[in-house]
Amino acid sequence: MNRGPTWFNVASVTAGFAFLYLPIVILVVYSFNESRLVTVWAGFSTKWYVALFQNQGLLDAAWVTVRVAFVSATVATVLGTMAAIVLIRAGRFPGRTLFSGMIYAPLVMPEVITGLSLLLLFVAMNFARGFWTVLIAHITFSMCFVAVVVQSRLVTFDRSVEEAALDLGCPPLKTFFQITLPMILPAVISGWMLAFTLSLDDLVIASFTTGPGATTLPMKIYSQVRLGVTPEINAVCTILIGIVTTGVVAASLITKRQEMERQRAERLAVAEA
Amino acid sequence: MADRQPASASRKTFAPWSDPSAEPFIVFDNVTKRFGDFVAVNNVSLNVYEREFFSLLGPSGCGKTTLLRMLAGFETPTEGRILLDGQDISTIPPYRRPVNMMFQSYALFPHMSVADNIAFGLKQDKMPKPEIEERVADMLRLVKLEQFAGRKPHQLSGGQRQRVALARSLAKRPKVLLLDEPLGALDKKLREETQFELMDIQENLGLTFMIVTHDQEEAMTVSDRIAVMDHGVFVQVATPAEMYEYPNSRYVADFIGDINIIKGTIKSTANGAVTLETEDAGTLVVHQAMDAIPGTPAYIAIRPEKMQVISGVSQNQIDGEVWDIAYLGDLSIYHVKLPSGAIVKASQTNVTRLIERPITWEDDISLTFAPDAAVVLLD
Repeated sequence: MNRGPTWFNVASVTAGFAFLYLPIVILVVYSFNESRLVTVWAGFSTKWYVALFQNQGLLDAAWVTVRVAFVSATVATVLGTMAAIVLIRAGRFPGRTLFSGMIYAPLVMPEVITGLSLLLLFVAMNFARGFWTVLIAHITFSMCFVAVVVQSRLVTFDRSVEEAALDLGCPPLKTFFQITLPMILPAVISGWMLAFTLSLDDLVIASFTTGPGATTLPMKIYSQVRLGVTPEINAVCTILIGIVTTGVVAASLITKRQEMERQRAERLAVAEA
Repeated sequence: MADRQPASASRKTFAPWSDPSAEPFIVFDNVTKRFGDFVAVNNVSLNVYEREFFSLLGPSGCGKTTLLRMLAGFETPTEGRILLDGQDISTIPPYRRPVNMMFQSYALFPHMSVADNIAFGLKQDKMPKPEIEERVADMLRLVKLEQFAGRKPHQLSGGQRQRVALARSLAKRPKVLLLDEPLGALDKKLREETQFELMDIQENLGLTFMIVTHDQEEAMTVSDRIAVMDHGVFVQVATPAEMYEYPNSRYVADFIGDINIIKGTIKSTANGAVTLETEDAGTLVVHQAMDAIPGTPAYIAIRPEKMQVISGVSQNQIDGEVWDIAYLGDLSIYHVKLPSGAIVKASQTNVTRLIERPITWEDDISLTFAPDAAVVLLD
């Protein structure tokens, strides 16, 4: 029955990928457009990238975004990992259901509501809005994603490995840092990367919670697009796509190589035995 | 160990449990462990002596692992005390107990090399580095893994991982080594070899071993004494030979080895002999000092190898028909159907080649057993 793909297979795959990636390809292609008009091709040029690095507003926004993303991802990873450990390890403590519900609520909460409620909180507390409020908001909503990722790793974690460390004289906290953390590190790193990406491309929550001097890149792009799309925006987006793609491809290559290395070692061990 | 020494002479006379002046090394004092409504260990008391190889044997869920984990410190007794070398350790956390455990899953640290796994416990004790290196080298030599020191656990075979786990748990020279189904994941041949290695290591290092297993052959091979557990209590605590020859209940008789159990009622007890009336095999006599009212229901337990195929005896003759023969090479097990329909097993060593079977299917044969070869059980 192996007769290769039919015309229907080819057509549906082509249409599917075109639907997903054609807009991105067009965006990237037009970032190298000579013309100011987004819809008219007038030859290859990198002048919009040059213009981009002279646009102080965009650069400031990018710097704010990277700082927010880095710090919020790091804090969210610490808190999310702790939450995951409590959920998996603490057994049935009073209020566990409430606790897990509250951890997961931001996953399904519409962003507008999260943003609005945080805004109301900051206003009520008379908290000056800006970098710190965006940071707190991003930690709040990305923490639960980290908790989910780390939790799924902890479910399959063999606890006797930790017990072995305790048994050999290692106190609980030291056991966590020397045994547990290195073993769940891939999940923690994925959680961090997820939180970083979520923070990087968040528009809604940042718009609600930001203040003067803390405009993030998505907000800046959005406000500029309302005045008309310039190829400069295409250039920014192309750079962002480039960074994300490099990260994803590198991560998957590393995982794949480790997996192959591990399988090879296991085959060797079995062959020797 | 290829150059295995026979078990030393000291082993022959090693029986501190029968010496009333001997100080027990591990004491379980009326220990109970409950998980919610479930009673895992029910008011258990036990003395284990220094240098003893002690087995906890029982089906899964009988509480043997819980008992071991209480000794390691991973569970705290709900009631009762656990003493180690005279000290109450019930509330001491696992990382401060002079006890080490070898886990069923081996629980090796996957991100550390074999040498680092073995050194882990020594580093916790802040042992000087040269000493750690020396001890790790000793341990690697003990388990014959010298050339694997730099490997990670996933680069080892199952048998090698088992050795690393053993070396790691022995590295700190614990007063007591706890082994939770240590050989469960090995194939039969490797398991048998490793049993003897474990015995040698225990003997040479002079340690107290406490092992949990569900494999009665393993328990019989390695142990000085065995405790058979069921539903959180000890059914019998005895040496392997005592347990095999004098089980105290049908449960133990059935759990250890193969046995025929014939139901009956006590007819008389006199002069160290018990006479029973059985439906399956008529009147049977067993030499056993026993005090019981005639009419009490009881069971005769007799091992298949103690059954003889013979006729023309006056006592304990059981007539039947050969129903099935299991030829195992060294011996054959005859399943004999009695007139009542009950089946008893008799095993015979095949001292000649079985070209022409002296006994074959559907032969009418008679079995007998010596009156002191069986035991009478009330329970």
